[in-house]
Amino acid sequence: MPEQPDDILEQITSSEYKYGFVTNIEADEAPKGLSEDTVRFISAKKNEPSWMLEYRLKAFRHWQKMEEPKWANVTYPTIDFQDIIYYSAPKQKVAPKSLDEIDPELRNTFEKLGISLNEQKRLTGVAVDAVMDSVSVATTFKEELSKVGVIFCSMSEAIQEHPDLVKKYLGSVVPATDNYFTALNSAVFSDGSFCYIPKGVRCPMELSTYFRINAKNTGQFERTLIVAEEESYVSYLEGCTAPMRDENQLHAAVVELIAKEKAEIKYSTVQNWYPGDKEGKGGIYNFVTKRGICAGDHSKISWTQVETGSSVTWKYPSVILKGDYSIGEFYSVAVTNNLQQADTGTKMIHLGKNTRSRIVSKGISAGKSNNSYRGLVNVAKNASNARNFSQCDSLLLGDKCGAHTFPYIEVKNNTAIVEHEATTSKIGEDQIFYCNQRGMDTETAVALIINGFAKEVMNQLPMEFAVEAQKLLAISLEGSVG
Amino acid sequence: MLKIENLQARIEEKEILKGINLTIKPGEVHAIMGPNGSGKSTLASVLAGRADYEVTGGSVDFLGKDLLELSPEDRAKEGLFLAFQYPVEIPGVSTTNFMKTALNEKRKYLGLDPLDAAQFLKLMKEKMKLVQIDQSLLSRSLNEGFSGGEKKRNEIFQMAMLEPKLAILDETDSGLDIDALRIVANGVNELRSKDNAFLVVTHYQRLLEYIVPDFVHVLYKGRIVKSGTKELALELEERGYDFIKEEVDQAIA
Repeated sequence: MPEQPDDILEQITSSEYKYGFVTNIEADEAPKGLSEDTVRFISAKKNEPSWMLEYRLKAFRHWQKMEEPKWANVTYPTIDFQDIIYYSAPKQKVAPKSLDEIDPELRNTFEKLGISLNEQKRLTGVAVDAVMDSVSVATTFKEELSKVGVIFCSMSEAIQEHPDLVKKYLGSVVPATDNYFTALNSAVFSDGSFCYIPKGVRCPMELSTYFRINAKNTGQFERTLIVAEEESYVSYLEGCTAPMRDENQLHAAVVELIAKEKAEIKYSTVQNWYPGDKEGKGGIYNFVTKRGICAGDHSKISWTQVETGSSVTWKYPSVILKGDYSIGEFYSVAVTNNLQQADTGTKMIHLGKNTRSRIVSKGISAGKSNNSYRGLVNVAKNASNARNFSQCDSLLLGDKCGAHTFPYIEVKNNTAIVEHEATTSKIGEDQIFYCNQRGMDTETAVALIINGFAKEVMNQLPMEFAVEAQKLLAISLEGSVG
Repeated sequence: MLKIENLQARIEEKEILKGINLTIKPGEVHAIMGPNGSGKSTLASVLAGRADYEVTGGSVDFLGKDLLELSPEDRAKEGLFLAFQYPVEIPGVSTTNFMKTALNEKRKYLGLDPLDAAQFLKLMKEKMKLVQIDQSLLSRSLNEGFSGGEKKRNEIFQMAMLEPKLAILDETDSGLDIDALRIVANGVNELRSKDNAFLVVTHYQRLLEYIVPDFVHVLYKGRIVKSGTKELALELEERGYDFIKEEVDQAIA
């Protein structure tokens, strides 16, 4: 007999997290806990110049005076910052000089995640920086990119090889003192990616960083910095996964984007950190600060995010629209299932004249999860003719989850046009039955309806990743209906 | 093809079907008529497997299988199609995408390879012509903002795509003007063959002028109280349902 509707919505089971395996590789770790010594340890490990250590120490001292923010619509136990390992690097017998010398164990790990570090096998047109725990283990296509002057390397390498650029831009968009987690990140960040696109260059391939947390008890604190000079273009994508562990792990990243005159940066995220189990045990705390500045006139920054993982997400990719005629965009799909919590959105700060921003947020909640959109549209006094359009749609699966919208609008210039639209809907039994009657099982039906709901955002993803992301949406909600 | 024996069903505590008997053979078109609330749409829903209804007795054999044991999606994949009285909106999903998913799910079930984009497009063009539907409608979100006529035409298009063995049309004529009705009926007539069958549920005789049935059954108070040929439909048109109601109510009394 067909299932009763009550059963269908009650059957909330967790889906298998595909990336939950652990790689057995010896790690070079810092002792647990956080002090000035930890900061010095990390800096020394990386042979950093003294200015970098100073930067870290300053951030650390500031952090010690700060308090953890509590305003987000999420709850989690107090984090014991002394119970975290701040540096963990997979031990490689010899420092690899080329991609061929990478430890096979590491290579296999990334192969298993669908990320080939072998340039020949790699999707054409995508360069990858692979980061495991605290360090970058490989960056592909570096040579090819350098031919057009594009620098794409790990942050550690950038500090060594391009200190002037790092010094100039690091912390210029997100100051160390910005908030609790940026201060923490600025003190202990261990790696991440650095991209520099010179004037007039259209980056010939997609750049991407794949973040993997592997070691137990570690936190991951990465730092990404992308600088697009005048009239340049780059599309960048990041992906992330972690093993299934019973304890929570902290991921506190900082991403800074700088777009000069007529430059365009497209930044996409497919976030699939381990979300914890059905009872809410384990999973990643994803506390991330991402901000870009449209520094030059006619520049454009576009954030696209597909957020399916993490037990708690706290993240607001923002754009400061400083240049006249600059454009900021934020496209987001956030999925929460079981006991996941997400408080995510964006900030669009209009400073320049004739600036435009567009926000499309699609929240999908299932299980007993909570999904909040929090966004700020700010139009400064001199930002004449600013234009914003925001659309926040929430889709609920079942009746035990929550969707919340917190839009903040601050307008100080009366020529601004700011629009906000919001909807909340449920997947109806009648929609599912309609699909069933056409021969689709309930899983397929839900996946189809979800992808329809999220289509506007999914369309923004680079082609190579759109299909993967669609599958990911379906997997994250597997078992949440029927 | 379809053999319904003493089928009884209820929604919550309310008995709606009180013992339906009906046999449909390949190539036949049966019409189910009856006044409002007689159980016509319930019969269609129960056959398609809508979970709101509880089957309390009887059996349904569909092509040698126990239909009531199959999930709604398996019923569909076995060749049962329901054209909905109120087609459902699915935002962001085009009819094209919807049909591609549905068709390939069915093909998978039947052990066939999925159609690739070119094959699918070719099939779609063919069927579009058959039911006179426009490409632009198929690219829009399924049923979202469609007029009544567009929704019904879209149902017939889906039927053409899925080539069911038994198609149930649940009040497909409701809310249609005469032109839309003609187009919908033409589509159905184009699809009629000696291998498939239709169960046309309707309140009015009007649709049956275009889709000419082999048999007409009158449903009243959860039972088929009268069966005949298309002339019965004409008689109902002329005399209304009252004479049947009276006959039945007297018999019960």
